Amino acid sequence: MSDLDAYATEIRRIAVSLINDAGSGHPGSCLSAADLLAVLYFRELRDGRDRFVLSKGHACPALYAALYLRGCFDRATLGSFRRLGGTLQGSPTTTIHGIDATCGSLGQGFSIALGLALGFRQRKHDGRVFVMLGDGELQEGQVWEAAMAAGHHRLGNLCAIVDYNKMQSDDLNERTMRVEPLDAKWGAFNWHVRPIDGHDFDAIAAAFADARSRPNQPTVIIAHTIKGKGVRYMEGVPSWHGSVKLKPEEIARALADLGVAADRTREYAFRG
Amino acid sequence: MRSPILASLPIARASTRFVAEADFVPSLIGTSGETLREAFGKALTAVAHRYPSLVVLDADVAGGTGTHHFRRAHPDRFVQFGIAEQNMVGAAAGLALAGCLPVASTFAVFALRTIEQVRQSIAYPRLNVKLAASHPGLDAGPDGASAQALEDLAAFRAIPGMTVVSPADPVEMAKAVPAILDFNGPVYLRTGRSAAARVLDDSYVFELGRGRVIRDGLDVTIVACGVEVARALEAAALLARDGISARVVNMSTIKPIDRDLLAACARETGAFVTAEDHNIVGGLGGAVAESLATTNPSPIEFVGVRDVFGESGEPDELADKYGLTGRSIADAARRAIARKEAR
Repeated sequence: MSDLDAYATEIRRIAVSLINDAGSGHPGSCLSAADLLAVLYFRELRDGRDRFVLSKGHACPALYAALYLRGCFDRATLGSFRRLGGTLQGSPTTTIHGIDATCGSLGQGFSIALGLALGFRQRKHDGRVFVMLGDGELQEGQVWEAAMAAGHHRLGNLCAIVDYNKMQSDDLNERTMRVEPLDAKWGAFNWHVRPIDGHDFDAIAAAFADARSRPNQPTVIIAHTIKGKGVRYMEGVPSWHGSVKLKPEEIARALADLGVAADRTREYAFRG
Repeated sequence: MRSPILASLPIARASTRFVAEADFVPSLIGTSGETLREAFGKALTAVAHRYPSLVVLDADVAGGTGTHHFRRAHPDRFVQFGIAEQNMVGAAAGLALAGCLPVASTFAVFALRTIEQVRQSIAYPRLNVKLAASHPGLDAGPDGASAQALEDLAAFRAIPGMTVVSPADPVEMAKAVPAILDFNGPVYLRTGRSAAARVLDDSYVFELGRGRVIRDGLDVTIVACGVEVARALEAAALLARDGISARVVNMSTIKPIDRDLLAACARETGAFVTAEDHNIVGGLGGAVAESLATTNPSPIEFVGVRDVFGESGEPDELADKYGLTGRSIADAARRAIARKEAR
């Protein structure tokens, strides 16, 4: 198992466990994004220089897992997720170490990332800005306002990642509001478009390198992913997008799929 | 207490000249010749050198909001977003996170469509972003109801941590702009479309969060903001002819409201009129009533647009039709005094 594989698996274990602890949260969206987050946090992001905005804020358990694994806060903090007075709020907030932007209302994180990229350019700071969007999120008009502005301003320091798991809250994108053709849409907004398998670490890393090599054009990585990836009963089932409460046998099966031995599942009960 | 600043205004001359004419209503409107939006744009440009991180954001209305002055002087610090206000306001949050001091400007009615972006992306993380909105209220005039934001003070006031400011005239605007830039936190600044009356002199001191008595009186307090301050002074002059002594407060900071000043006015005058070019629901009147209800319950009459949409017309015509004139304020003052005396 590569270190990225190990990190991605650990992100998945922690994310589903956080949701189980809290009794609510969005597991499917966390699991589809885990491999992308692993490459971002353990290869791509440069501390103190680059920024990442999770515009699909409902996947924050996966982000919190990545931040924890990068040492932004201790294990006890994981017990505060969705808890009264807790540090780890139900949506990303700036009060959490490692998080710059409040997200959770779809479309808004993308504009914040755009502003960061403009600000970096304004202040002659060489940082790069990454932003992850959901595919359902692309139905928000604000996304296309921001996409148009990034293309217009030739923001080569901005890289968007679409976690394209084909599903949203109620159903498939295709049945809710078709987002295709995605590559053509982004291209028409003057972005460099890079479609990849969002669970292939090498492809993800190569796409980031490609984005870095284009100083005068923003890049969007269309990451084809599987909703619920890594937990077999969730894979490809829209109802696991949801804010869901896991049953005891469901969290047990999820952790088993993610390689946690039955006698070690207690290590993933963060509320103690 | 400062003396009322009326000396240079036509009202003083006019009221002596025409005192015998019972129907005469002195008008302050249009006497400065300058608009609040132009005053805003000029003030921003004048102080830009003191704020190296200042950037101005526009959504294709720089000619209307006054930020064209800034664009001409500092093109490298001016960012165009096109007709996309929600993105502009969200990007303002990002610019603040990158260490810039962003001032985003649009028309007030379009600022309303960014209310959730302001709430979520700016106010929740308490970012240092300023939103400056022109063309508020019936003062927006002939473009009609769709262009006349009558809800902005209420909407932005309801967001936790927002400071809401509506200066009375170009003199105050020039002083409010640097004060707002010096303040660390999100601010909604309401400017104005039409030529504004000049009601304050150059010695006026603007303090964020403080109202000021600009004409003293003992029978009733008229609390006003924006273009209604001039009309409140007009009302006070009308009332004076009937022997009624009306105090006028320029309450340019609507949030946080100056509770101490309101309490003092309650003790000293015992009756209130609020006056705003805004819906009577939730704006200045709401803020004043909320404050007084918990400190010094007093009769209050509300002058503003009475929960209806406006229509096309010139600002003065609209003010007359929708009851925002000095005469309307004076009538409201008489009602407030009658309620005080009936207690």
